[in-house]
Amino acid sequence: MSLMAQVNQRALELGVPISVHMDVTYRCNERCVHCYLDHDDRGEMSTSEIKGILDQLAEAGVFFLTLSGGEPLMRKDFFEIVAYARSLLFNVKLKTNGLLIGEKEAHTLRTLGVETVQISVYSHRPEIHDGITKVKGSLERTKNAIRFLRSQGLKVTVANVMMTPNLGDQEGVRALAKDLDCPYTLDPTITPHIDGDMSLLKLRIPTHEIEKIMHSPELVGGNVEEYCTPAPQADADTLESTPCSAGHTACYISPYADVFPCVQFPLPTGNLRQQRFLAIWNDSPEMNEVRSIRLKDLSTCSGCGHVGGCTRCPGLAYMEGNMRGPSSADCEKSFARTGIWSANMIRKFEQNVALVQITPA
Amino acid sequence: MSDRYIARSPRIAARKLGDEMVVMSAADSSLFTLNEVGTAIWQSADGRTTLQSIVAHQVCQQFEVSEADAMRDAEEFVTQLSRHGILLVSDKPIESSSGGTR
Repeated sequence: MSLMAQVNQRALELGVPISVHMDVTYRCNERCVHCYLDHDDRGEMSTSEIKGILDQLAEAGVFFLTLSGGEPLMRKDFFEIVAYARSLLFNVKLKTNGLLIGEKEAHTLRTLGVETVQISVYSHRPEIHDGITKVKGSLERTKNAIRFLRSQGLKVTVANVMMTPNLGDQEGVRALAKDLDCPYTLDPTITPHIDGDMSLLKLRIPTHEIEKIMHSPELVGGNVEEYCTPAPQADADTLESTPCSAGHTACYISPYADVFPCVQFPLPTGNLRQQRFLAIWNDSPEMNEVRSIRLKDLSTCSGCGHVGGCTRCPGLAYMEGNMRGPSSADCEKSFARTGIWSANMIRKFEQNVALVQITPA
Repeated sequence: MSDRYIARSPRIAARKLGDEMVVMSAADSSLFTLNEVGTAIWQSADGRTTLQSIVAHQVCQQFEVSEADAMRDAEEFVTQLSRHGILLVSDKPIESSSGGTR
């Protein structure tokens, strides 16, 4: 077990929220076609509110702090927030589009001791990237930001969200990341809009394209055969395990001080304008419900052959209507990876077959 | 090494997790967990106190260990952490280091 895994295991045993993702604003200077957020300011936390919450997070044992948005640098007090977080010795990771990062900002982030910066790049072709962000020249500005950050010696990860408009550009983005001396990550996950609108899901790439990605040695970054081998049948220990870190060692805080189990899990558990962080983390009935779920409790997935190796996201399952149910996007990923249908896919197929059988001739 | 000053680097993250201290360097993302003795040295690394003084007044008074053994282990510990930029070592007092230690 790696030291990182040991730290996470220890945090799980102690009930410590070792990782918190905080969106400091939903405002943004891009208008990405796949974005799940509403970009209006509906009452963001003030500087002093954020500092007070950071004090509480440090007391609660939070170590990894991801600052994101929206575009976090849209806040005028952004560097003040980072400086305060660093004074409390958080490991700070930043997620940004880089548009507001010039030489001076890169130097400040380095001086403050930010550990990693993750920057979204959708395509190596300006017409595609800028078409997704709806900001002309954004690819060039983002690339410049990466160069400024790298020249300061900061670690930058290029994150490539795959969707239908940029399908096929993953090799180009990977090559660009290599040129910029950055690690590359690819994510085909498109989530419903925060207001519940599911129409963004039409941007998801088809399963056969996910299959190509999952069988590409360059993109998998390891042994494809091993990666695509179905998980062994789940044993009792696996079924007693927890689905993911959401609500166990991690949670999400919105710009309006709402606390959720994860950025992708919009189950409200409390608000930091009304309650202390540890009161929500320890005593929220919703947080404790999430925490009580074991793989054996999942309605369809516990009997699925993929249960031991699936990336099932409880938040996506929740958005589908049942936090104990399947996440169809992850069923597709498991199928694309292994070629084996999930229990959820079989159930849906059988329901469809039944419908065909009762259709009058 | 024993008469040298040690200080926490300003580019580290640290947090107490149970009875251990988790420390990560922003320079190379190296992660360490420090036991109670390591944590005591870490917390005393203010740039104004020598390693010898930390061992004598913190380590040997809190833990049952001879000064010679404690100094040998402390020097190895400091060498390892300074290699990753987590601790700064100097033969003169060090001005700035990271603020808190919780």
